[in-house]
Amino acid sequence: MTSAAPIPPITGSVALAVSVERAFEVFAGLVNSWWPHQYHIGKADVAEVVLEPRVGGRWYERGVDGSECDWGRVLVWEPPSRLVFTWQINGSWQFDPDPDRASEIEARFTATGPEESLVEVEHRYFERLDGGQSIHGAINGGGGWVQLLDGFAKTVAEQR
Amino acid sequence: MVAYGDSALGLLGDPSRRAIFELLARRPCSVQELADELPISRPAVSQHLKVLRDGGLVVSRAAGTRRIYHLNPEGITALRAWMDGVWSDALTTFQKIAQDPGSTMPSDDAQENP
Repeated sequence: MTSAAPIPPITGSVALAVSVERAFEVFAGLVNSWWPHQYHIGKADVAEVVLEPRVGGRWYERGVDGSECDWGRVLVWEPPSRLVFTWQINGSWQFDPDPDRASEIEARFTATGPEESLVEVEHRYFERLDGGQSIHGAINGGGGWVQLLDGFAKTVAEQR
Repeated sequence: MVAYGDSALGLLGDPSRRAIFELLARRPCSVQELADELPISRPAVSQHLKVLRDGGLVVSRAAGTRRIYHLNPEGITALRAWMDGVWSDALTTFQKIAQDPGSTMPSDDAQENP
């Protein structure tokens, strides 16, 4: 597969007044309590969001009807400092089992004091997802994607 | 404090707009079909669709006398914008939960896996 042009990652960070150990435990172990349940891929409402605590573990939603919808897999499990897992929902809003077509999320946990920590999240490699290739030409031509993002930023700015 | 690197918040931070976006993620719809599914008026749906279209997340096509709206076929654009809103909300909630001394670990009572 030819590699597509990079799509900007989504980044975010959170400063916490808790230890880095607790930050990791809550992020990895209590994902069901902080992941907003209104965001889901499956047709049914979400009963539970699960991140299995090991390399190779599944990350998925379980619907109120018992159906399960995979989101990705755990790639790196290094408590309390680092967690990498994939997001394999593609541009057609379907799970794509091919790991070569996975975007990934890295969460880094840094102690900034005995009871202070910083969590940085980066969701990257959107260009690997199937559906991302169609914009490749547009980027090279200085067209579509750049314009879309510009329009997007402008709309957001106008609403402030 | 939550620092956030990108802002789809203006587009998908609005609950009605996000609801429209998620309905369109499931299937293309006309304005009327969207209004039927949501507790907002048809003009309000049209207004939200205009914002989503201006932002590049939604496109439309003519089907007879109606216009059918669907997510931008350059699907990753829409998906990324959606994820942007997801992460913003998720990290805000994560911060609350992490700093709430009452939140228990899965080993206590939150373990629901068989």
